[in-house]
Amino acid sequence: MAKYFDMLMEDVRMREGLKACMNCGVCTAICPAAEFYDYDPRQIVETVQSRDDERIEELLRSDTIWYCGQCMSCRPRCPRGNTPGYIIQCLRLLSQRLGFFVESEKGRQQLAIKRTIGENILRTGYCLVPRKILPEMHPEQGPVWRWVFNNDRDVYALFTPTYRQEGAGPVRKIDEQTLEEIHRIFEVSGGKELFDCIEHYSDQKACEMGYGGATREYMMDTFTKNSAEEL
Amino acid sequence: MKRSNWEEYQKSIADDKYYYARSCIRQNFFPGSEKAFLDIMQRDLGKEVFDDPLHTSCTGIGYHSDIVPLETIMTVVARQFALMNEAGYENFISSCITSFGIYTELLSTWEEFPETEERTRENLYKATGREFVKPKNLAHTSDIMFHHRHAIAERMTRPLINVNTGEPLRVVEHIGCHYAKIFPKKGIGGSEFPYVLAGMIEAWGGEVVDYPERRHCCGFGFRNYLVQANRGYSVANSQKKLESMAPYKPDFIVCNCPGCAMFLDKWQYTVAEMEGITYGRGGRGIPVLTYEEMAGLVLGYDPWKLGMQMHQVDVEPLLDKMGVEYDPSAKYLGPNGKYIGKPEPAIVNHRSQRNLYSIKL
Ligand code: SF4
Ligand code: SF4
Repeated sequence: MAKYFDMLMEDVRMREGLKACMNCGVCTAICPAAEFYDYDPRQIVETVQSRDDERIEELLRSDTIWYCGQCMSCRPRCPRGNTPGYIIQCLRLLSQRLGFFVESEKGRQQLAIKRTIGENILRTGYCLVPRKILPEMHPEQGPVWRWVFNNDRDVYALFTPTYRQEGAGPVRKIDEQTLEEIHRIFEVSGGKELFDCIEHYSDQKACEMGYGGATREYMMDTFTKNSAEEL
Repeated sequence: MKRSNWEEYQKSIADDKYYYARSCIRQNFFPGSEKAFLDIMQRDLGKEVFDDPLHTSCTGIGYHSDIVPLETIMTVVARQFALMNEAGYENFISSCITSFGIYTELLSTWEEFPETEERTRENLYKATGREFVKPKNLAHTSDIMFHHRHAIAERMTRPLINVNTGEPLRVVEHIGCHYAKIFPKKGIGGSEFPYVLAGMIEAWGGEVVDYPERRHCCGFGFRNYLVQANRGYSVANSQKKLESMAPYKPDFIVCNCPGCAMFLDKWQYTVAEMEGITYGRGGRGIPVLTYEEMAGLVLGYDPWKLGMQMHQVDVEPLLDKMGVEYDPSAKYLGPNGKYIGKPEPAIVNHRSQRNLYSIKL
């Protein structure tokens, strides 16, 4: 049986990203995630290529698949034309569809990404907008960002007449009809379904973990907690 | 491989009549750069660039952090193409490297797996009633700047030369992983010898610095920055690059991708605050520019009109080297010259105790 492998192969990125891996480790040598984490793209490709359901399921439930930074540095270097970064995308999607992502700390973070970037897209038409880059959530942005944030209308007015207003220009307000089109695109193409799926499994897991549901507290814990640092 | 190999990686770039797609990160952190791009193209070079109020994010940050599925981003991108067609344009240019990577990837996927293009057409029609024709030409906005670099050089008022020594400024260029690592043939110079920024630097009088970690990622890593718990990954990768470039004493860093520019700027602040380490001359950080800011400076634009006051690492040391005349007291003024307060000081802009700049090679 290779049920997970078959499910993965339905994704065109698997067909593009996995030819035949010869286990050379070039991808691991260049991978920034492999330098920082206990992470090895070569092993991931090898596991997927084994078609072994048990091993692939273990991967889908693990922190491992969530370490990749999606830089795609592995893609031009693989001597066999594989793209580990694409394989990771497919594993992550399957892990979410099957609800396995909530079984790992890194996987559970998907809720925080859905509730920040995902909801920004639906509400504003952008992945990020200045009002959502809160200095207290982004200490690394430093005092200049705090100054921009606190004076946003004055600062952006230097570069555009349409800050948070309709019309052309940077950081403008996107009109209602456009946002409606984006919503409908998410509905017909599976984007909404994935959002709902992330919420559903997160809610189940949060109950199991004693949060009483995927509350803001649960979401913030997935956003801020790193048990590797607590060791 | 030889350095001249970049010549094998050429792509055709349209000369005029562009449909412009903005970038989530660039418009947030570098709104002056997007304005400068339009001003340079439209006013200085007389090109036609259409800035459409109807377009949106490509959702690429959501895609690479795995909350936006492939079919969804394909349909959002198809909508952008439909808007371009409706506005009467054929040349699509994007102000973001993540987006540029996405557009390139999806066009190639549609080519290779035509059923995905069919499904996208159906989805787009169902969701919006729109139909689309693929662009005749796709480019990143830096490709356009590169394409017109000699015309910019002709209008140059301040070359990339140190006015005190007469020497070329030493510039670290960072092209961003998704510019050419996904589809090397779609980036000028490919992923090994990218020439898009180097070509501008050379045409405008500067000297490109080569250093060991030149091709390393800036550290964005999508979910590795977006989620606070993972940000150690992001800062560690930026730090690796900064440590590698510091001994080569660059005068500034220029980035292709707005995300890289933001990270290399902000992580220098973080490293200085956390460890007291800085990487530039005089115990300060290395200024990080967008290519629009670099072009704007050589064309004589005012640095505060370019938005360089929004950087965390002060750019004044570079302005002084280039002989830029600027009003220091105008840095933090709002519209109509109103004073709006100024940011708190940071170690990265003052003499730090531990400076990697002076390490001998
Ligand atoms: S570089 Fe390619 S062939 Fe080598 S281990 Fe990685 S995926 Fe396999
Ligand atoms: S895409 Fe992922 S696996 Fe590939 S080099 Fe980047 S971090 Fe490593």
